[in-house]
Amino acid sequence: MTDIFGLLKGKPEDSDYEKKGVIVQGITGSYGSIHAKQMIAYGTNVVAGVTPGKGGQKFEETVPIYNSMQEAVDATNAKISILFVPAKFFLAAAKDALNSGIKLLVAIPEHVPIRDTMEALDLAKQKGAVIIGPNTPGIMIPELIKIGIMPPMPFKAGKIAVLSKSGTLLYEISDALTNAGFGQSITIGIGGDPVNGTRLIDAFEMVKDISDLEGLVIVGEIGGDSEEMLAQKIIDLGFNKPTVAYIAGRAAPKEKRMGHAGAIVMGTYGSAESKVSMFNKANIPVAKRPAEVPVLLAGKMEK
Amino acid sequence: MQLLEFQAKELFREYGISLLDSISSTNIEEGKKHAKQLGYPFVIKIQVPVGGRGKAGGIQKCQNDDEFDIKYPQVMDLEIKGEKARAILLEKMADIKKELYLSIFLNRSKRCYTIIASAEGGVEIESVKTQIIKEIGLGDVSDEVAKEVAKEMGLEGITAEGVVDTLKKLSKLTIEKEAELVEINPLAIMQDDRVMALDGKFVTDDNANFRHDELQKYQERTEIEEQAEKSGFSLVELDGDIAVVGNGAGLVMSTLDMLSDNGGKPACFLDVGGGATTESVYEALTLISKLDRVKGILVNLYGGIVKTTVVAEAFLKAYENNLIDIPVFSRLKGTESEKAKEMLQGSRTNIFDSVEEAINAAVMGTKK
Repeated sequence: MTDIFGLLKGKPEDSDYEKKGVIVQGITGSYGSIHAKQMIAYGTNVVAGVTPGKGGQKFEETVPIYNSMQEAVDATNAKISILFVPAKFFLAAAKDALNSGIKLLVAIPEHVPIRDTMEALDLAKQKGAVIIGPNTPGIMIPELIKIGIMPPMPFKAGKIAVLSKSGTLLYEISDALTNAGFGQSITIGIGGDPVNGTRLIDAFEMVKDISDLEGLVIVGEIGGDSEEMLAQKIIDLGFNKPTVAYIAGRAAPKEKRMGHAGAIVMGTYGSAESKVSMFNKANIPVAKRPAEVPVLLAGKMEK
Repeated sequence: MQLLEFQAKELFREYGISLLDSISSTNIEEGKKHAKQLGYPFVIKIQVPVGGRGKAGGIQKCQNDDEFDIKYPQVMDLEIKGEKARAILLEKMADIKKELYLSIFLNRSKRCYTIIASAEGGVEIESVKTQIIKEIGLGDVSDEVAKEVAKEMGLEGITAEGVVDTLKKLSKLTIEKEAELVEINPLAIMQDDRVMALDGKFVTDDNANFRHDELQKYQERTEIEEQAEKSGFSLVELDGDIAVVGNGAGLVMSTLDMLSDNGGKPACFLDVGGGATTESVYEALTLISKLDRVKGILVNLYGGIVKTTVVAEAFLKAYENNLIDIPVFSRLKGTESEKAKEMLQGSRTNIFDSVEEAINAAVMGTKK
């Protein structure tokens, strides 16, 4: 099982406790550079960037740039990388990272072919590494570390874990939670692709044993059956922390891809009804609107 | 993308999967020529990207010219689950002993390809109890696995050989074309015990399109969808009268749900992508202006780092250039929203603090 907090924060005796180094792949690209700056501003310890051909330069006059992941890892000993390269180059960049010893790879690009994701996952399994994404907003421990593209405003440190397939809904719902006084201990973007490096069920495994966890929010959407699997897992484990879900796409037509590559209902596979009914079985209320999530969560906590 | 039956069969033929003779056409004159070539009797099959064609009358037997003249236009004019005929396939009639089911599909939660096979074919696979399921990693099917599947289906002799051969070809097709689903339902056992694919379903991974120029001829898009793709947007046309625009697929789906809950009918799903700029919002309004049925536009943007004034500018520009003359109901979450409201005062754009308010106003404001 992945010790996600160990990866993100380290142990109190580590010299770099809560300051774990992060490498940004594609740091000089337009997207990569904007978000590298934002991550640094948030307090994330960005120790290196990688852009082939730009080795030796510095990003924002402080962060060294390397030509390859191996060089960057050798120089910094970082175990975390965030990847901003275009989808076509995802597989090569992911292999570069995993073969260089990266243990947590956050893959931002959208439109990565499924086959490439599956190949990268095979390699990650061999190397004992975790991939989050592709097509994810990233992962964050609010007010401590942000490895992703999320705006900082919606998030506040606290004791609720939020797992989401969608980026903007993660912001929207975290915002509503924060406004209602529910800060977040961790938020994990799963991504909107058909195949996810970290599935909802894997993300749940990462957060379920947080000692002071006070609640769990699951933000799902139509497509696939990862919500159903998670609901079943919650039933099997008898997980009893207050849990609330939200599912987007109830009104979406069948057999149409709704923006995300993974958001498609085929027959009954992937339908909102199927997900809602499994959550109901697991005694998890499903909000009708994002704004309803904190209300239902508060209700669950009173019981 | 999802291929039509005749397109899937083109690929099947290329990969050597056994098929009956068939020809596709898009009008009755063309069809008549094909009828002569093919010879009666044959089956007239509507080509639509949805299932349930048989029940809807989209598959008709045809014995002679007189029947052809009546049935061809009948099938052509059908609308199945809102889908009009893209083409008509004429296919020779088959004398079959039994129907089987065979598919390879991407199992999303297991993150591997999976064979599903059954000795019961010709019905929806969800309703079949005796499914044979084999996980096959990245899609490669060994002789051993293929033989096992045939055996578990209770097949012998040349029928078993045929299933093994078909399965291996499906595997090759899945890997080489990067399919999410390849399905033959039914795979028929003929009187001579050989097998033949009577239907075909094929769904590819759109994100791998850049590696498959050869599949681009099957891409079916409306002009507006094509423009949306060029701008990096996702657009799905729907049949209501309120256009729904937002940033992020999840947020737009969520807006669609809430609009429907409140009695509104969405005209489209338009996701302009993570960020929002004056240009991208203006571009989105340009696309919507081309949809005739739209009476109002509902905008739901979670800005985050986006300045709402930037978005307000796009609305003002769109009215100024007479791009749109319908009301906009907008919820803009982000910085400088007070200033944005000021900018839009007196225009036909109404800004709301919550999406619920924007939706209510949109439903009321577009009612006639």
